[in-house]
Formats: sequence, structure tokens, C-alpha cells
Amino acid sequence: MATRQTQSLARLMRAPAIILLLIWMIVPLAMTLYYSFLNYNLLNPANTSWARFFNYQYFYTDPAFWASIWNTLVLVLGVLSITVIGGIGIAMLIDKPIFGQGIVRILVISPFFVMPPVAALIWKNMIMHPSYGVFADLAKFLGMQPVDWFAQYPLFSIILIVAWQWLPFATLILLTALQSLDGEQMEAAEMDGAPAVQRFIHLTLPHMARAITVVILIQTIFLLGVYAEILVTTNGGPGNASTNLTFLIYRAARLNFDIGGAAAGGIIAVVLANIVAIFLMRAVGKNLD
Amino acid sequence: MARAVSRNTRIGWTIAAWFVALLIFFPILYAIITSFKTEQEAIAGFDLIPSFTLDSYREVQSQYNYFRPFMNSVVIAVGSTVLALIVAIPAAWAMAFSPTKRTKDILMWMLSTKMMPAVAVLVPIYLIFLRTGMLDTRTGLVIVLMLMNLPIVVWMLYTYFREIPGEILEAARMDGATLGQEIVHVLAPMAVPGIASTLLLNIILAWNEAFWTIQLTTTNAAPLSAFIASFSSPQGLFWAKLSAASTLAIAPILIMGWFSQKQLVRGLTFGAVK
Amino acid sequence: MGSITLKNVRKAFGEVEVIPGVDLEINDGEFVVFVGPSGCGKSTLLRLIAGLEDVTGGQIQIDGKDVTDAGPAKRGLAMVFQSYALYPHMSVRKNIAFPLKMAKMSEAEQEKRVSHAAKILNLDSYLDRKPGQLSGGQRQRVAIGRAIVREPSAFLFDEPLSNLDAALRVNMRVEISELHNNLKTTMIYVTHDQVEAMTMADKIVVLRAGNVEQVGSPMELYAKPRNRFVGGFIGSPNMNFLEGAAAAAHGAHAIGVRPEHWQLSTTEGAFPGKVGVAEHLGSDTFLHIQLNDGTPIIARAEGEFPVHHGDNIWLTPQDGRVYKFDKQGLAL
Repeated sequence: MATRQTQSLARLMRAPAIILLLIWMIVPLAMTLYYSFLNYNLLNPANTSWARFFNYQYFYTDPAFWASIWNTLVLVLGVLSITVIGGIGIAMLIDKPIFGQGIVRILVISPFFVMPPVAALIWKNMIMHPSYGVFADLAKFLGMQPVDWFAQYPLFSIILIVAWQWLPFATLILLTALQSLDGEQMEAAEMDGAPAVQRFIHLTLPHMARAITVVILIQTIFLLGVYAEILVTTNGGPGNASTNLTFLIYRAARLNFDIGGAAAGGIIAVVLANIVAIFLMRAVGKNLD
Repeated sequence: MARAVSRNTRIGWTIAAWFVALLIFFPILYAIITSFKTEQEAIAGFDLIPSFTLDSYREVQSQYNYFRPFMNSVVIAVGSTVLALIVAIPAAWAMAFSPTKRTKDILMWMLSTKMMPAVAVLVPIYLIFLRTGMLDTRTGLVIVLMLMNLPIVVWMLYTYFREIPGEILEAARMDGATLGQEIVHVLAPMAVPGIASTLLLNIILAWNEAFWTIQLTTTNAAPLSAFIASFSSPQGLFWAKLSAASTLAIAPILIMGWFSQKQLVRGLTFGAVK
Repeated sequence: MGSITLKNVRKAFGEVEVIPGVDLEINDGEFVVFVGPSGCGKSTLLRLIAGLEDVTGGQIQIDGKDVTDAGPAKRGLAMVFQSYALYPHMSVRKNIAFPLKMAKMSEAEQEKRVSHAAKILNLDSYLDRKPGQLSGGQRQRVAIGRAIVREPSAFLFDEPLSNLDAALRVNMRVEISELHNNLKTTMIYVTHDQVEAMTMADKIVVLRAGNVEQVGSPMELYAKPRNRFVGGFIGSPNMNFLEGAAAAAHGAHAIGVRPEHWQLSTTEGAFPGKVGVAEHLGSDTFLHIQLNDGTPIIARAEGEFPVHHGDNIWLTPQDGRVYKFDKQGLAL
């Protein structure tokens, strides 16, 4: 029933959420855009002046920027490939008729609920520490030289930690998709003589395609913003070896007090995120009706 | 799939699945075990049997006043979620039960605000907080986390509310219920489970948030995520104590998380996967 | 009392006119069925009567009183929805008692009416279950129970059987008819199934594209369809239509012959053809025939008629059983 009275009531009910989000989205973003054209350093605020495109130019010529873009890309793609492939495998494993399925599920999804600083510190100190970590113990047990993971393979180490955090998410969503797969369809394919590998390629994968897309897109949004894991492990180093775009902007803003530069970096981050967002919105939008 | 499989196959799959599950769970398990070790045991090499001492838990409280960040986390996570619900319930309600042509656009736009990288607005938010004295206050964090999670809250509630069939509301109207009675007797009881799941998932998200909490707090208002991040150098906190602090930080949320597995899928995929 | 009058009732959703204007008279105690293909506006018409939709124009009267602007609860009608629309969080007892509770009836009276309704509908042993624990047929009964207890002036049914399987549908059909015989309350019943319409109705209203095509008793519609649409819609299997020379011989643009009105012969007749599929049911035989000019025909013979696939057959319409239609489809 869509009488006029309920319509105006509905507008009133929607308004607060819309207005709040509008402010939250437009005001800071406009400010970021404005600052990005300023020479503005918090250590020397008196010297603020128009910079035009200098901040962007600066980023463009700064090797640290390109390194951070590259690191961001490697981090996102690395984590995505581990979590998607691992997620499909683990989801299929859990979907098998196993004993204690409920507990296995709980164990597998647990890392998702561990806050990033805790996850990173556990891995840094108890698992990957060059002298006291479990990996070092294992290496010693096998008679090998322990690896100083964060010094030698900083980006890989972070990828490993972040992948551990997101593997449960991918697994859980892919498992949900897998469980909606029609059993009769599988049996029909079996009757038609399709071997297991063919069934996986022609039935399971296409059925999960949508879920895989969603996993990739949503994770990408979050992975572009990986921050705490870097802060508590490598602090972006050695050098810029594990600095991603988020961390670079954080450093510019909070450690170098370069408001203009950080703002320009923020705008670049928005552009990057938007490219992903467009695809994600399409995938989600299709499901609205 | 209710297909008969031989017992051996089943046992084989079970062993494989449990192996993988324990491997994934191992870091958490190991942190829990280490929290019951003494500091000497903690760095003495791989050992799954601790001496079951509670010293670390005691010291985390006495040396670092653990209770303060814990309460900050509770206030900030619960506060921001409840605030978000207060704003989101009417909005989602209106969009689900009196949709207009633009409802879909509004929802998509709300979703798009979630895509904005936090770091892009770090500079202005930090400066606003700096100038208004909101840095290192719980209020400030409650506001930011509330706004950050608002789109997810609206979306989750919307998908739940939409599952309440319109015919039920019409039936209540035919049965003589007024709008008030309709809400009290029919809608509210049907909406409560959805609202509860939304609450649960968003407390989890707010509890684990580790960008704004680190940027906008130092000591007074620092929740657990910022508190623990400040111990990134090992000299700050020894491992058994770090493990104890970590265990306390993740235990409540881990348990809540186990209960909200199903809602997790829906909430984090914006209803795209159910 | 429950007489309902519609005067030039119109409904438009935005630009789209769903019901261009309907006049209808429903007498107290009548069982009226709105029937028509999907999208014909029958459900909308029912919802207008219920008050769940606002009319765009015209007037609705119940027992002579104008209720056009009255809310659904004020009209004294009860409705059974297609999805049953039971309250999932309430027990069967509470579901049935809900309208009474809304009417602020005393607990004792509520209890009395609920147990009475439960007895009529065989729900006694399920009163404390939740709707989720019931089968489709049981849910249907609860929905009817919720309608009965209010002692409404009329019942509205919106395709109530479409979610049930075939066997259950036949049972519920009989139960609803019996209920009508016992209660003698006006019932308006919407369906797209002409068998339900024929078997249950005192009066059938055939709708197409929001227009009333014909109103009448089942036998009136069967014997004297006003146009080709009604002729084809009422009766199962559908009426066979012939055009061209065969129709011209009767002085019409098209003629219609019902499957049961053919004289069948294996030797001679008006229209020669070949038997395609022959369905031998024992009590009847249904023949799918292709005439020599290609027209497909369905014919029904009583009892066993021994022909098989590929046999030659001749069809002759029974005397006085030919429906004649003009170019516009109107009956001649």
C-alpha cells in the first residue's frame, strides 16, 4: 500500500542515514581534494601556498610512489591468488562428508575474527621470528638455517599474514556457494560419464563463478587498505620494500606532516579503489531484484 | 549431498580436513597456549604443553592497565554499532516496505561510500579531530566507526526486512491491526533476528577495526587494537604477556564470530551471496 | 449479511490502467469466482474489495454502505492469501486468535471461537505448533481458520490452492465448498483454474485485461458463452475452433465445438482426420486428432472408443452443439 502518508513518513525515516553518509562522503573528500593542491606542512603551517599539481607531480616522480603501487599490486594479487585457490580447495574439502564438520568449519573461519594487529604480532613473534618462532624451530629440527622472514622477504611475509586472515572469508563464501550446488545436476553429469575433473571444470567452477567474483572484488577493496599488519611488522621496510600506497600516505601525513602530499596520495587511492568499485557495484547491483 | 560413501573414504576426507583446519587454527591455538607459559618457556622453543600459569594475565593488568583499553573497545564497538542501528533501522525499514524508484540507487550509493579508502580521508579527518579536540576521545571514534559501518548496517537490515513478506503485513491489516499493533505484534518479532545478527556482525567489525583506532587515539581512548599495535617492538611486552593480551582481545569476538557465521556471509557480501 | 456492489470501479497504477471500469453485483451468501488468465486483473479487483488497494475511481458498497474510503479492517471482510501469510512467530492458536485479539475480544470468547474453528478444520491437535512445522494443507486450514473466527460478512480467497499439490487441491476444493454450505457466508474466490471455478462457484465472473467478459452461473457460461474467449476458457479440454469453409457453412466467421460434443465414427462424417495420441482412461477416451486440412482437434468419447495412433476417423458435431462466432468473436 503506497498511500501518500506512508510515502512522506518513509522519506523522513530515510533522511538521517542519507544525510549522515552524504556528509561523511562529501566533506572529507572535498577537503582532501582541496589540500591536494596546497603546499601545506603541519610543521610549517605559516608557509601554506597553492601548489597546483606539484603534489601529484611529486608523487609521479617519487620512486617510493611507484614502489608502493607495485607493492600494493603484488600484495593484492598475492593474497587473492592464495585465498581464492586455497579457499576453493578447503571449501570442497569441508563440503565432503566428514566427521565433525561443524568444528572444522569453526576452526577454519576463526582467523577472520582476529584483529589485524594481533594476527600480525602472533605471526611476527611466535611463528616467523628468526630465533624463537615455530618456523625457526622447524628449520632447526630439519637441520636448516632459520630464515629472517621480515628482513629477507618482507612483502611475502605480509602477504602470508594477510592471506591467513582472509582465507576464512573466501572459504566461507565459496562453501556457501558450493552447498547450493544441485546434487542431481552432479549425478546427471556422472550418469553422462563426466569424470571428476570434468565435473569440476564444467559444473562446480561455473556455479561458483559468481561467488568467486564477489570474493575477489570485496577482498580487493579491503586489501587495498592493508595497514596495521605492515605497521606492526616491517613498518614498511626495509627501505620501501613492504610499503603499500596506504602506508605511504600514512607516512606522508603522520610522520612527515606533509598534508598536501598525503592528500594527493589519497586522491590517487580513491581513483584506484573506484576502478575496483565499479565492477563490484555491478556484481552486487545485479542481485538487487 | 546425501550420498552413501564408504567408511574409509569418509575417514580419509575427515583426516585431511582436520589436518587443514588445525593448520589454519594453529597460530591462534599457539598464542593461547603461550599465554599460559612463563616468559622463559615462551622463548624456549616449540612446546605445546605450557605450565598453565596465569602470571601473564595478572601482569598484563597490573603493568599495562589492560582493563582500560578493553573497556574502550567495548564502549566504542557497542556504541558505534548501536548508534548505527538507530539511524539505519528506520532507513532500511522505509526502503524495504515503501520502496520508491530511487531506492535501488540510494542503496548502491550507500554501498559506494564503503568503497572509499579510509586513507583517502585520513588527512581531513585527522585535522578535524585535531582542531576540535576529538583526538584520543571515545566519542570521536564512536562517530567515525558508526559512519564507516553505516552502509553495511543499512544493507544487512534491508536484506533482512525484505524477506518479511508483504502479504503478512496485509493479513495483519485485514485482521484489524493498527499501524502500531502491526509493528508490535507482527513486524518487530519477525525483524528481531535480523537486527540481532546485524548487531553481532557489526560489533565484530568495529572491535577489529585497526586503522582509525590507531590513527585517532594515543592512550586514553585507545581500544585493544591500538593498544596491542603499540607493542609492535618485542621489548615492549614479552611474548607470554603479548599472548595473554591477544587472547583476551580475540576471545570474546571469536565466540561471537562462531555464532554469526551465516550472517557473516550475507553481511560482507552485501547480500550478493546467501 | 454480505452483499457487495461495485459501481464503475477503476484502478490505474500510474499510467497503466489495470481495471478500466467494473460494475458487479454480489448477493449475500453467494459463492463468486473471479477467473481469468494471469494478469487479467482478478487479484487486483479482489484487493480493491479488501481495501488493500485504493480505487482510482468508482464506488464499493458492502450491504448498501459506501466503504470506498474505509480501511481494510473496517470492511468486515476476511481474506485468505495465496502464501497463507501466517505469522511465523506465533503458534497456530495465536494465529487464529489474532484478529480477535485486535478486536479486543475477551480471552474466554477468543478461546471458544478458536476451538470451534479448530474443530471444523481438524486443527485440534496442531494448535500449539508454529506454522513452520505444518504441511501446506494444514497451513491453508490455519489461514482459513483465522478468517472464520472473525465471522466476517464475506470471505476473500486469493488463489488459495495454487501452492498445493494436485491431490490436496481437490480435497481442499471440496472442503471449501462444504464450508460455504455450512456457513452460508458470501465468498469471493480468485483463481486462474477454470475447473475450480466450475466446481465451486454459484456465479462466475470471467475477466480479461481488467474487463468483465461475462457473468453467470457455471452452466450458463458453459452453455451460452458470450464470446469466443469465454467459450475457449470455460470447459476442459478447451473448445475446438474451426474457421473458413466449415464455419461459413454455419453462417459464421468461426465455429466452436467442445471435445465432448463430437460424434465419432471410423467410417463416415463431416470432417475426416487421423488419430494422433489416443488417451484411453477407461471412463473416457481423449483423442488428439489432426483433420486432413491440418487443424488439430481434441475429442472426448465416453467410455472406451477403440481407435489407435494412425487410424482414420470422421468427426461430426452433435446437433445444436455448435457455437457460432462473428468476426469480432461475439457469439451469434
